[in-house]
Amino acid sequence: MIRIALRMLTGDTAKYVGLVCGVAFAVMLMAQQASIFVGLMLRTAAQVIDVVDADLWVMDPRVIYVEEIEPLPESALWRVRGVAGVGWATPFFKGLTVARAPDGRLQQVFVLGVDDASLAGSPPRMLQGSVEDLRRPGAIVLDRVGALFIWPGEEPAPGKVLEMADRRATVVGVAEASAPFTTFPVIYTRYSEALRFAPPPRKPLSYILVRAQVGEDIDALAARIESETGLLALRWQDFVWRTIRYYLTRTGIPVNFGITVALGFIVGAAVVGQTFMIFVLENLRQFGALKAMGVSNGTLLRMVLAQAGAVAAIGYGLGIGLAAVFFEVTGRTNVDLRGFFLPWWVAAIVAGAVVLIILVASIASIRKALTLDPAVVFK
Amino acid sequence: MNGAVVTARGVAKDFPSGDGTIRVLHGIDLTVRAGEMLLLVGPSGCGKTTLISILAGILSASEGAIEVLGQDVRHLTPSAAARFRRETVGFIFQQYNLLPSLTAAENAAIPLVVRGERLDRATRRARAVLEGLGMGAHAEKLPRQLSGGQMQRVAIARALVHDPPFIVCDEPTAALDAASGHEAMRQLRASAVRPGRAVVVVTHDPRVYGFADRIARMEDGRIVEIAEDAAAIRRMTEH
Repeated sequence: MIRIALRMLTGDTAKYVGLVCGVAFAVMLMAQQASIFVGLMLRTAAQVIDVVDADLWVMDPRVIYVEEIEPLPESALWRVRGVAGVGWATPFFKGLTVARAPDGRLQQVFVLGVDDASLAGSPPRMLQGSVEDLRRPGAIVLDRVGALFIWPGEEPAPGKVLEMADRRATVVGVAEASAPFTTFPVIYTRYSEALRFAPPPRKPLSYILVRAQVGEDIDALAARIESETGLLALRWQDFVWRTIRYYLTRTGIPVNFGITVALGFIVGAAVVGQTFMIFVLENLRQFGALKAMGVSNGTLLRMVLAQAGAVAAIGYGLGIGLAAVFFEVTGRTNVDLRGFFLPWWVAAIVAGAVVLIILVASIASIRKALTLDPAVVFK
Repeated sequence: MNGAVVTARGVAKDFPSGDGTIRVLHGIDLTVRAGEMLLLVGPSGCGKTTLISILAGILSASEGAIEVLGQDVRHLTPSAAARFRRETVGFIFQQYNLLPSLTAAENAAIPLVVRGERLDRATRRARAVLEGLGMGAHAEKLPRQLSGGQMQRVAIARALVHDPPFIVCDEPTAALDAASGHEAMRQLRASAVRPGRAVVVVTHDPRVYGFADRIARMEDGRIVEIAEDAAAIRRMTEH
C-alpha cells in the first residue's frame, strides 16, 4: 500500500511539485540563513581562530570580545612568564591602521604583531613567501583576499609596497587568513614593526599568547595565571565563545537572522500544511474507497505518513543541496562571501525542523483520513 | 440457487438528526442466496444505499441481525469490519473511484494489495481478470484515458480479482449511456454471478431489471415487494 500511496502522491504532479518546492524553499532559507549566521559569528573571532600555536590567550579581565582591546603594560608579559607551568609567553599586538598603496588608494587594515623572536601567532597557511621573511625590516605578510582589496584585479605577490603611518612596508608573503567580520585586509608583521605601523595610544600590548609546558594541565595553568597576575587567561575556544557571546547578546544580528529562519519555518509549514491538506481532501474519496475495500486505519496512517515522508525527504534533499551549491558557488566567485559554509549540524537541525513541519502539516490531514466514513463512497 | 450468503432480519437504521434521530430503514428482512444476482430498486432516498452499506459491513445497523456466510456483521469492531470487507466483499461504486495515478491493472489489483500481496504480482493477476472482461488492451492505461464503460469494467475487475463470495454494486449504470449500461450489466452478470457468490446491485434503472434473478423493491426504508421469478420481474419492469 505504501507504493500505491506514493503513486497517489506523484500522480498529482502540480501538488507534488508544490509540496516538494515548499519544503525545499523552507529548507534552503533556514539552512542558508543559519549557516550565514554561523559564518558571521565565526568571522567575529577569525583572528583568534587563526592563531594555532598558543594554548592560552591572556588579556585584561575587562575584555569582553576580541575587538575591544584593553591594552596591557609590557610588564604584564614578564609576570605571565613568571608563572609556573608556562612554556613560553609572547606579546601579540592587534590594531587598526590605514594603509596607502603607491597609487594613493587608502584602505583600513588590521595589523597583527607577532613575537619578534619566535614569530608565534604567525599565519598558519602561507600561500607565497615564508613566515621567516617577516624578520626583514619593514616586512609584512598580507592575507590573499585583503591584497585583492588593496590592488584590485592584480594577483597578490611579494615585492609590493605599502605605506602605513608614514612608514614603508614591503609584502614578503601572502597568507590565507580567515575572513574577519569587517572584511578589512589582515596584515601580519613583527610586534616591533606593528607598533610603528599602528602606533598604540599608551600601553602597547593587546594580548599575551601562552604555550603551556609539556604535560601541564591547561585549565590549571589558566587558573594559576589568573590568580597570580590578576589577568584573564582563556583557551582559544573559550575566547572565541566569549567573542561570539558578545555579538549574540549585544547586537541585533541573531534577532535578524532568527526572524528569517523562523519565517522560513512558518512559511514552509503553512505552505506545505495547506497544500498537503488540500491534497488529502481531494483524495478523500479515494481514501474512502480504500477504506471501504478493507484498508485499516493503521494502513491509512502509514500511507499518509509515507506521502508526507517522501515529500520531506525529497524537499529536504533539494533544499539542502541548493544551500550547499549556494555556498560552493558564492565562496568561489565572491571573495566577500568566502569562508561561509554549511555546517553538518545546521543541516541536521534543519532536518529536524523539516520533520516538525511535516508532522504539523500531516496532523490535520491524518485526522481527516482516519475519521473518514467509508460510506462516503456511496454518496 | 444455493443457500443464503446474506441474511438480514429486522434490520433498522437510525441517523442522528437535530436533537434526536431519524429512522431510514424499518425492519428489513432479506436473504441473498448464493449464485444469484439480486437487484435492490426504488426511488431515491428510499434506503437502498444505506441497506447495502450495512450488508457490506460499512455501516452498522441500529437494530436487527445480519449474517454474511454465517458471520454476525452487526457487532464487528472497526478493525474486524475492515477485515470482513477485505476478505468477503467486492465493491463496485457508482463513480468507479479508480485511483487516477494508477493504471487500469493496478487499480484492479488493489483488493489483492490490501490483502497483503505485492503490487507487481497482484497486477499480473488483475491483468488476467481484465483480459477476461475484454480489457486486456487497456490494462496499462490510466483512468483518464478510458471511457466510462471501460472504467466500469475496471471497477468490475477490481470487485472480482480477489474472488469474494459477496459483491455489492451501487448504481453501476447511472453514469453510462443506455448501450454502455446494458453492456456493463451483461458483463457483470456474466463474470460476477457464480455458484457460491451473491451479487446485490442497487439501481433505479428499469432497463437493467432483466439481468436480475430477483428484485427487491424498497419504499420509505421498507422492502415492499420482492419479484421472485421472471414473470414477476417482467411485471415490475413494465410498471
